[in-house]
Amino acid sequence: MTTVQERSPMPQEREPNPALTDPSRPIGFGRVQRKEDPRFVRGKGRYLDDVVLPGMLHGAVLRSPMAHARLVSIDTTEALAHPKVHAVITGKDLEGLNLAWAPTLSADVQAVLATDKVRFQGQEVAFVVAEDRYSARDALELIDVEYEELPVVIDARRALDPGAAVIRDDKEGQTDNHIFDWEAGDKAETDAVFARADVVVRQEVVYPRVHPAPMETCGAIADYDPIDGKLTLYETTQAPHAHRTLYAMVAGIPEHKIRVIAGDIGGGFGNKVGIYPGYVCAIVGSIVTGKPVKWVEDRSENLMSTSFARDYIMKGEVAATRDGKILAVRTHVLADHGAFNATAQPTKYPAGFFSIFTGSYDLEAAHCSVTGVYTNKAPGGVAYACSFRVTEAVYLVERMVDVLAQELEMDPAELRLANFIRPEQFPYKNKTGWEYDSGDYEPALRMCMEQIGYADLRREQAEKRARGELMGIGVSFFTETVGAGPRKHMDIVGLGMNDGAEVRVHPTGKAVVRISVQTQGQGHETTFAQIVGEELGIPTEDIEVVHGDTDQTPFGLGTYGSRSTPVSGGAVALAARKVREKAKAIAAAMLETRPEDLEWEKGRFYVKGDPSAAKTISEIALGAHGTVELPEGVDGNLDAEVTYDPPNLTFPFGAYICVVDVDPGTGKVKVRRFVAVDDCGTRINPMIVEGQIHGGLADGVGMALMEFIGFDEQGNCLGGSFMDYLIPTAMEVPDWETGYTVTPSPHHPIGAKGIGESATVGSPPAVVNAVVDALAPFGVTHLDMPCTPARVWAAMQGRPTPPI
Amino acid sequence: MQVTMTVNGTEVTRDVEPRLLLVHFLRETLGLTGTHWGCDTSNCGTCVVLVDGEPVKSCTALAAMTDGHEVRTVEGLAQGAAGGGTLDPVQQGFMEEHGLQCGFCTPGMMLTARALLDREPDPDEATIREAISGQICRCTGYATIVRSIQWAAAHPAAAPTEQEVVA
Amino acid sequence: MQVPAPFEYARATSVQDALELLERHGPESHVIAGGHSLLPMMKLRLARPEWLIDINDLAELRHITEDAGVLRVGALTRHAALLGSDVVGRLFPIVHDAEKVIADPVVRNRGTIGGSLGQADPAEDLTTVCDVLRAQVVIVGPAGERVVDVAEFHRGPYETACEQNELITEVRFPIRTGSASAYEKVERRVGDWAVAAAGAAVQLGDDGTIADAAIGLTALGLEGLATDAAAVLVGQRPSEDLIAEAARLAAEASSPVEDQRGPVDYKRHLADELTRRVLRRALERVGATATAA
Repeated sequence: MTTVQERSPMPQEREPNPALTDPSRPIGFGRVQRKEDPRFVRGKGRYLDDVVLPGMLHGAVLRSPMAHARLVSIDTTEALAHPKVHAVITGKDLEGLNLAWAPTLSADVQAVLATDKVRFQGQEVAFVVAEDRYSARDALELIDVEYEELPVVIDARRALDPGAAVIRDDKEGQTDNHIFDWEAGDKAETDAVFARADVVVRQEVVYPRVHPAPMETCGAIADYDPIDGKLTLYETTQAPHAHRTLYAMVAGIPEHKIRVIAGDIGGGFGNKVGIYPGYVCAIVGSIVTGKPVKWVEDRSENLMSTSFARDYIMKGEVAATRDGKILAVRTHVLADHGAFNATAQPTKYPAGFFSIFTGSYDLEAAHCSVTGVYTNKAPGGVAYACSFRVTEAVYLVERMVDVLAQELEMDPAELRLANFIRPEQFPYKNKTGWEYDSGDYEPALRMCMEQIGYADLRREQAEKRARGELMGIGVSFFTETVGAGPRKHMDIVGLGMNDGAEVRVHPTGKAVVRISVQTQGQGHETTFAQIVGEELGIPTEDIEVVHGDTDQTPFGLGTYGSRSTPVSGGAVALAARKVREKAKAIAAAMLETRPEDLEWEKGRFYVKGDPSAAKTISEIALGAHGTVELPEGVDGNLDAEVTYDPPNLTFPFGAYICVVDVDPGTGKVKVRRFVAVDDCGTRINPMIVEGQIHGGLADGVGMALMEFIGFDEQGNCLGGSFMDYLIPTAMEVPDWETGYTVTPSPHHPIGAKGIGESATVGSPPAVVNAVVDALAPFGVTHLDMPCTPARVWAAMQGRPTPPI
Repeated sequence: MQVTMTVNGTEVTRDVEPRLLLVHFLRETLGLTGTHWGCDTSNCGTCVVLVDGEPVKSCTALAAMTDGHEVRTVEGLAQGAAGGGTLDPVQQGFMEEHGLQCGFCTPGMMLTARALLDREPDPDEATIREAISGQICRCTGYATIVRSIQWAAAHPAAAPTEQEVVA
Repeated sequence: MQVPAPFEYARATSVQDALELLERHGPESHVIAGGHSLLPMMKLRLARPEWLIDINDLAELRHITEDAGVLRVGALTRHAALLGSDVVGRLFPIVHDAEKVIADPVVRNRGTIGGSLGQADPAEDLTTVCDVLRAQVVIVGPAGERVVDVAEFHRGPYETACEQNELITEVRFPIRTGSASAYEKVERRVGDWAVAAAGAAVQLGDDGTIADAAIGLTALGLEGLATDAAAVLVGQRPSEDLIAEAARLAAEASSPVEDQRGPVDYKRHLADELTRRVLRRALERVGATATAA
């Protein structure tokens, strides 16, 4: 364990720092209540559907009931005759505007409204604009669509079969359902290590399709002003700036005439990264009717058409020595991308950061290959707090290590401890090209084992097994890969993955910080104020964080992949430091000394050796904007702007242990305890950090036990409402127990690594490993998620089956 | 048709379509947007309000059916709500114990908590979890919501915290 | 958000008024109480009544009364009220077992016993409970009141003896001395419909043998009671072997279908497993001790 960061040495004698004397006005890092909460607890948040514009109309989308069908005809006559309907837009109408197809975030195109075929159940076919939302819904029933059913491709394993229906016949030259092949690592070297290994274990591991399902669904309000040609777009978006640029590129509206406003967002988890057809339809609806148009999807639309997550079929292999040294990992992945390749990830990474599947272990070799295919399912794939597919990677390796432990009859915790990358090996270059910035893994796992009482639990388990009771203990250790990213390696549709921040200190010493990233509940208004506070000594409450409006904030790529603190946090810290440097020059002028003779302590500069000769940041701010004679080259403000290009990603890590009890008669799994020890480097607000972890742990229990978007053979979505897409309630999750170590990122300005997705990434294998451990007496070595009662029972009967 | 009900202590009368859902009556007819909705199937509980003091899913009730009844929404939790007012201990508990992140499920959770504490001032953890089990939170993992409600139970007449005063 | 198609609304002021409204507005009028079955169907536009007759004001349908060997429960009694009733818990613990796992606490504040029975969803829990307790349903219509056995009331999935122009007003549970009951459900998550569930009631004779028994299954493709399973119990002293035999017969009587909640073999296994559990618990509650197998 290492300390948080180096701090300025405290002078021996000093005047009390006025900024630090009031405990009710906290400054900088630490547990403080959130600045956004007073409005939320009063019901005064302003979410998309709360926005009402004068004269606003309402849109509704007609969707395909079929998974694959040729569009024969669409008759909108009756809908148009509805007295409250203002417009009905079809794919044909959009073709005229060159908007029927839009580019995806993965160099593919996606139908905005179907013109030739529908390719998944729930695909957008027509858009109605009406005076109120009830009438818009009524009018959907008045549209008559004739479909000619086509054979479907639902099982990704069959997508490349000769004779499989070609889903994307719109793409010139596309004769099958293949999207891409991608690989990482050295195949020959890996194969050689496997060839000489004592032990090789193999397991097909399925990470089934799940959905981020934020409590607020997706939506947009488009307000196009035909006079000045300005489009104001209210959106549920995690990336307002990227959206603005994309709309400019797609819709041909000049970028300076587009303003994207993201108000309060009711959860995102990656669901609100992409641009959905409904948003484009709302824009067209506003242009066509000359009025603002609101479109908000219902829950079924959200689950059936917007960005799903995972859907990876992974053949995992691990090579090891008989005494438990892991030598190499190897995998081939079949990736189901749905009907359009619309995953959101850096251009050079079609499988995201999946190649981090080497995990937290020091290996001799590794190789992975990924094949992406089209199926008749909704597009998406990178979402649900996945850190660009680190979820899949961590799940695979952590499941496989347990398979190996079972084969070697070793304790899974001991096996992990024996194979960790050692602290002195950092920065550690893995076999697929990643450079892990920092880590100290063993203390985290030991802390977790101690906190949960690992040895006692193993004893309890042995006693219970003797009585026929089923108890399982699951261990997982993960290394996350977040904070994308360095612009030389990472862009999304050509936009470098950097973020800007602007800090202004007003004349009275209060500050405003403008950021490009977009909170969906992470508490940016607090965290980013704390970063500025830490750097400038200004109380948190005296700092306003401005975000969610492209007219008010600097450019940047937004919040996903746990990148807000690693990227935007870096930008904010550096901007604040620029302000501090400027303040130093001005303070020197005010104190009639040289800058190098000044010492900084949180909130003020004082003259070395004479702490009473000091200027607080407020005094300096007034000086900067006032009449102080400014030094050469310093202008009259305390403002600074930075666009941060991170030198590397950050690599948070953690150790999780889960205890489950399984009812042998029904197969029902109860999560009894869960201890999570996380290391995200510097912890800005421990309360918020902890909250982020808790949420991710519940995600993990959800995916491991119940969340699943399934399809029947006709391609009907079986997870299309909250009656069937099950999310844990307070009854299915335990009271989380947490611990932490602090290993700062060496390259990040404040040593912070990001925490938003760690628990979602790290917890599913802990739960599944616990379930498999509980079922070990039945000879079970693997069980795919979701571990529903029926699937657990089938595994106990010796018939574990993949969910897809 | 005309409906009359008491919302947060004030009687309101409006002309509505019989099919208007209570959640839309509150949000759109009355502009009380603190009540949210998250599904269509009465599974998520984001839309919970109190009708005659009991938690009800307002997406699965008609405004017409609520005629003559008393409704309390999140906007009616604080005393003297017009100016922000004195927070209910439940509201304060949610801030103290980080019982919310995105804030979307929060109004429903707080109203259920209020009804629970009115019925049972000192509930244990299992009782709290059961009481909120018809409501989904996607952010918090529930532990901090449980702690928030426990905080409110322990501070039945909570005064505003210092931070709350300056916020 | 999904919204219902247009309809007209009327609020009944009495049972008689409700019947008149149903009569007046004809076959496309529909009674609404808690609304938790009907409104979601209307939002999906799978149900499109032209008139909704709101019976929530009918206080005469909201009662739980112990009365001459019968517990009378008004049709408008909310799930929460059943769960909160001590008398219900004392006389029919199966009702509390079931109510704890019906939907969630907020839905239970609105949903009613009459609505549950009237909806007749095959995965609905109170139907099994009423079967097992051999309840009677009181139906009022233009021709007056009739009392039907619950076995007769149910005519299959989503079908009951209550005609469109009639109203369920009360459910009557016969109180039997020396009896107890239990219910257990397996669900994928709290608030979900049953993967499978079983309910049982037993009555113990003075000599310690089982004088009467009833076993019902939920979501397992069995209409009415598992009569063969119950028959083997009658006249016998409780034992684990006997319970196992009854459970085996209950599983045999089930005919589940595969769906997202599970395959046929698992559900049939649950019929057996859950029958054992509810029989054991009901016997425990009545004070009998089953001899070990």
